Amino acid sequence: MGYSEKVMEHFMHPRNVGRIENADGVGRAGNPICGDIMAIYIKVKDDVITDIKFETFGCGAAIATSSMVTELVKGKTIEEALKITNRTVANALDGLPPIKMHCSLLAEDGVKAAIGDYKKKQELKNKVKL
Amino acid sequence: MGRFIYLDYNATTSTDERVVEAMKLYFNKLYGNPSSIYKFAQEAREAVEAARSKLAKILNAKPEEIVFTSGGTEADNFAIKGIAYANKEKGNHIITSKIEHHAVLNTCKWLEKQGFQVTYIGVNKYGIVDLDELRNAITDKTILITIMHANNEIGTIEPIEEIGKILQEINKQRITNNKPRIYFHTDAVQTVGKIPIDVNELGVDLLSLSGHKFYGPKGVGALFIRKRTKINSLLHGGHHERNRRAGTENVPGIVGLGKTCEIAMEEQEKEEKKPKALRDRLEKAIVEKIDDVIINGHPEKRLAGTLNICVKYVEGESMLLNLDLEGIAASSGSACTSGTLEPSHVLLALGIPPEVAHGSLRFSLGRNNTEEDIDHVIEVLPPIVKKLRAMSPFRKGREGGLRWDTQKR
Repeated sequence: MGYSEKVMEHFMHPRNVGRIENADGVGRAGNPICGDIMAIYIKVKDDVITDIKFETFGCGAAIATSSMVTELVKGKTIEEALKITNRTVANALDGLPPIKMHCSLLAEDGVKAAIGDYKKKQELKNKVKL
Repeated sequence: MGRFIYLDYNATTSTDERVVEAMKLYFNKLYGNPSSIYKFAQEAREAVEAARSKLAKILNAKPEEIVFTSGGTEADNFAIKGIAYANKEKGNHIITSKIEHHAVLNTCKWLEKQGFQVTYIGVNKYGIVDLDELRNAITDKTILITIMHANNEIGTIEPIEEIGKILQEINKQRITNNKPRIYFHTDAVQTVGKIPIDVNELGVDLLSLSGHKFYGPKGVGALFIRKRTKINSLLHGGHHERNRRAGTENVPGIVGLGKTCEIAMEEQEKEEKKPKALRDRLEKAIVEKIDDVIINGHPEKRLAGTLNICVKYVEGESMLLNLDLEGIAASSGSACTSGTLEPSHVLLALGIPPEVAHGSLRFSLGRNNTEEDIDHVIEVLPPIVKKLRAMSPFRKGREGGLRWDTQKR
C-alpha cells in the first residue's frame, strides 16, 4: 500500500482508542458507503481538551490518522484544536498515499464535530442557568 | 522475510517450473519470428501451432478456433467489442451480469457511450445469475450475451450450460425467422485449468482465458472463437492469427500457455481436490472462531479454492495489513484496496449492505498451500478481528446491517 513507517506504527499501536463515558463532546465523521467511519470523544476543562478517545472503522490510513489526531489535540485549547487540518495530520504521519488523503479529512472532521457537539452542549447548559 | 503464506491464487499464481523450462528455449535460442519463411523461424511457428493444439484440446475446440492474446482483459475486450461492431447493423443490445470482472463491465460501459445498449442482469444471494431476468432481457436487438464462468471474488460458478441451451433454442427460432443470432461469450479466466471445460457442452461461441491464473506465464491468454462467428479485430496490423489479432506472436508466452494447458489436463483433478479440503477446513474454523461472519458465494457451486467472507464491524484493508504483517497474502473487496470509494460491486450485487461489504476478505487457495498454512491463518485471524472490533464504532444492527453505537454499551 505504500504507507510510511509512522502510519504503520500508529496503525499497529493506535493511541487513545476507546470511548469516554459522559464525554463533554462526541463527534462522528465519515460515511459507511465509503468505508471510513470515526467517532471522537472529548473531555474539556477550562477550554482545554484534557482527554480524547476515538473509535474507527476503516483502513490503515483511517486508523492511523485517527490515532495521530488524538495525539495532536490532547492538551490543546479548543481554539488551537480547531486549527488542526487534515494536512497537519498527514504531515505528522510523514505523509499519506494520494488516494488515502481523504482519510485525513475524516480525522479533521471528527475533531470539529466533537468540538461542535461540546459547544452546543455548553450553550444548552448556559441557557438552563439563565 | 520470515514465514510467507500465499492465499491469493485467484489474483495470480507462480509459473510452474516445467512451464518456465518449456519457455526458455524460445527467448534466445529459437527466437525466430513465426511469420518469416526460413527454416529457423518455422521452428517457432511450429511451437506456436503445437501450443494452439494444446489449448484446443483443453477446451474441446478446434485449433483454428483459438486466437492468442495478451491475457484475459484483451480476450474480453476482443470478444465484446469485436462482436458488437461486427454485428451492429443487426442490433445494438448486449446482456451481461452485474458481477462480471471489470474487463467485461468497463468494456460494456464504454460501448454504452458508443451508442450500444447494455442490460446488467442481477444475481441471487449466492451470486447465481437470474435466468428469468436474462430470458426477459432478450430483445430483437440483442446481439451478444456475456456471462462469466466463475466469479473471481466469490468463486460462484454460473449456469453457463443452461444459458447455452436457452440460447440454442432462441437462435434456432431466429434462424428460421431470418433474424440475426445471439452470440454467447463467457469469461472463463477463473475456471480454465481448474474445472473441466468443453465449449460445445457449455454452448458458448466465445471464451476468454488467461495463463497466469493456472500456473502459466503472465501476459498471455487466448480467445476461443467458434467457427463462422462474425467478429471484428481489436488490433490491426499484419496477418497474424488468421487476420484476427495483429502483432508478432509472443512465442515464449504462447509456448508456456500451451505447456500450462497440457499440465492442467493431466493434473486438474488433483489441483481441485487439495485446495477444496483446505478451503473447507479454513471456512469451518473461521465460522467456529469468529462470530458475525458471512460466507459469500454458493455453498456447492463454487471454485474449490475460493473463500470469501465478510467480517462484520471491521474493514477489509485493516485486516489485510495485519495479515500481511503475519506473512499472509490475501485480498479484499473493500474500497480501500481497490482505489475507489465504493466496496466490491460483486458483494453489493449479492444484496450485502455496503458497510458489511467493506469488511470482506478473500482467501484463494492453490497447489502450494499446506495444512500448516491454514492453521496459521486460523490462529492469527481471530485476534486481529478482535483487536479491530474493539476499535470499531459499529455494533450489531437490524437486517444484517451495522449500526452506529456511540452510546453506552
